Amino acid sequence: MLPKDSITNTFIVSLALCIVCSLLVSSAAVSLKGRQDENKVVDRQRNIIAAAGLSDAPKDLSISEVKEIFEKQVEQRLVDLDTGEYVEEADSKFDPRKAAKDPSLNEEIEGAYSIGLKNREKQTWVYLIKDGSGNLEKVVLPIYGKGLWSTMYGFIALNGDLRTVGGITFYEHGETPGLGGEIENPQWQGKWAGKQIWEIAQQRDDKNLRVGVTKGAPTESDADYKVDGLSGATITSRGVDSLLKYWFSSNGFGNYLNKLASQQGANNGSPNG
Amino acid sequence: MAAPTAKEVLLKPIFDNNPIGLQILGICSALAVTTQLQTAVVMSVAVTLVTAFSSASVSLIRHRIPGSIRIIVQMVIIASLVILVDQVLKAFLFETSKQLSVFVGLIITNCIVMGRAEGFAMKNDPAMSFIDGIGNGLGYSFILITVAFFRELFGSGKLFGVVVLNPITSGGWYQPNGLMLLSPSAFFLIGIIIWILRTAKPSQVEEA
Repeated sequence: MLPKDSITNTFIVSLALCIVCSLLVSSAAVSLKGRQDENKVVDRQRNIIAAAGLSDAPKDLSISEVKEIFEKQVEQRLVDLDTGEYVEEADSKFDPRKAAKDPSLNEEIEGAYSIGLKNREKQTWVYLIKDGSGNLEKVVLPIYGKGLWSTMYGFIALNGDLRTVGGITFYEHGETPGLGGEIENPQWQGKWAGKQIWEIAQQRDDKNLRVGVTKGAPTESDADYKVDGLSGATITSRGVDSLLKYWFSSNGFGNYLNKLASQQGANNGSPNG
Repeated sequence: MAAPTAKEVLLKPIFDNNPIGLQILGICSALAVTTQLQTAVVMSVAVTLVTAFSSASVSLIRHRIPGSIRIIVQMVIIASLVILVDQVLKAFLFETSKQLSVFVGLIITNCIVMGRAEGFAMKNDPAMSFIDGIGNGLGYSFILITVAFFRELFGSGKLFGVVVLNPITSGGWYQPNGLMLLSPSAFFLIGIIIWILRTAKPSQVEEA
């Protein structure tokens, strides 16, 4: 055998170790990838179900139950945020989060509201929930923005009037547990249901935008639009406030929601319903 | 030095030679993951497994490791095992892996793992090194779980996510102690544990 500290032995040992370790790591990564990806997809779907209120206990649903509800009741569409139009022939594998970082698929965030990030994706998924006869019951929109430590990702559901909040969830964040992390608290999230995004119905423009988070209980005039922030988590609360304002502004989902509302109006007015 | 028995190797690190309490290693993760018991337990299991297997692997090839690159060899082994743990958590314990986020990756830099590989496994046989890894992992777990118990109980009024002290925010009577949720509280708690350990075992007191 070669002496332990010889140069040849050093090379042999390091080479052999690298090969063994890389085989170990790559085989684990490859063999577990399918499961991990599925976990991520199911986690998103579970949160969409929670935001839309399609289940009483979304956390307790099994993976197959989540998939079943999602497949039966949720219609997934890709939206171009600037035009507000649906993108036909969407690639179901399209990942908005990757797109937000890809210079060919993102654009700079503009306008009066900021989410603490420079760019956002040009297109993103929205989720439509329709009743038996095809009328829109809820639309679930992905929202995100910076809190204190992290980017908070969540979903917000609007009722059929496209103005009233149906529910909100945050499914990924790195805020302080117990303080900013309370954005996960179902009790706090529950306060959002029934809040109005815009002050005047049918006018979804930035001047009317009233939704937000207040410090201390909202005053009477704010109570229809705002929710009390989380104590001990001023910056997280502020983050939620600005991300909501941003995503409902004309730079966010404003154009899409206006288009959707006029379509709805047209549909409701037509004799065929 | 007389060869220690397996029992000594396994149990000594828990009270007599605790990696956090006496050696003051691995403090950073002890602050970060102890706001909830569940994350603390998963982190403890992960660190224990990584320490045990990395020590055993290092010990297995200790006669072939050239002195000049021994630290790098240890790092490569530890890093591979940590990636493995991370991948398994993401596949089977998705919710918890989301909460642990970067801290699983940071096991690589946990001084305990490397300290045992360099300090024990390089000189002892694989079986003994494995037991030593488990023992030190248990010592780490003991502190982590104790700290997490108090932080979750007084900070959120919960244990393993189950409400024990009903906080005012959910209509109960308990006013949660916000400090318990911030990192400094872990310093206080670890300090108190070290104090108790050293009062009970005066041999651990360092000379001033």
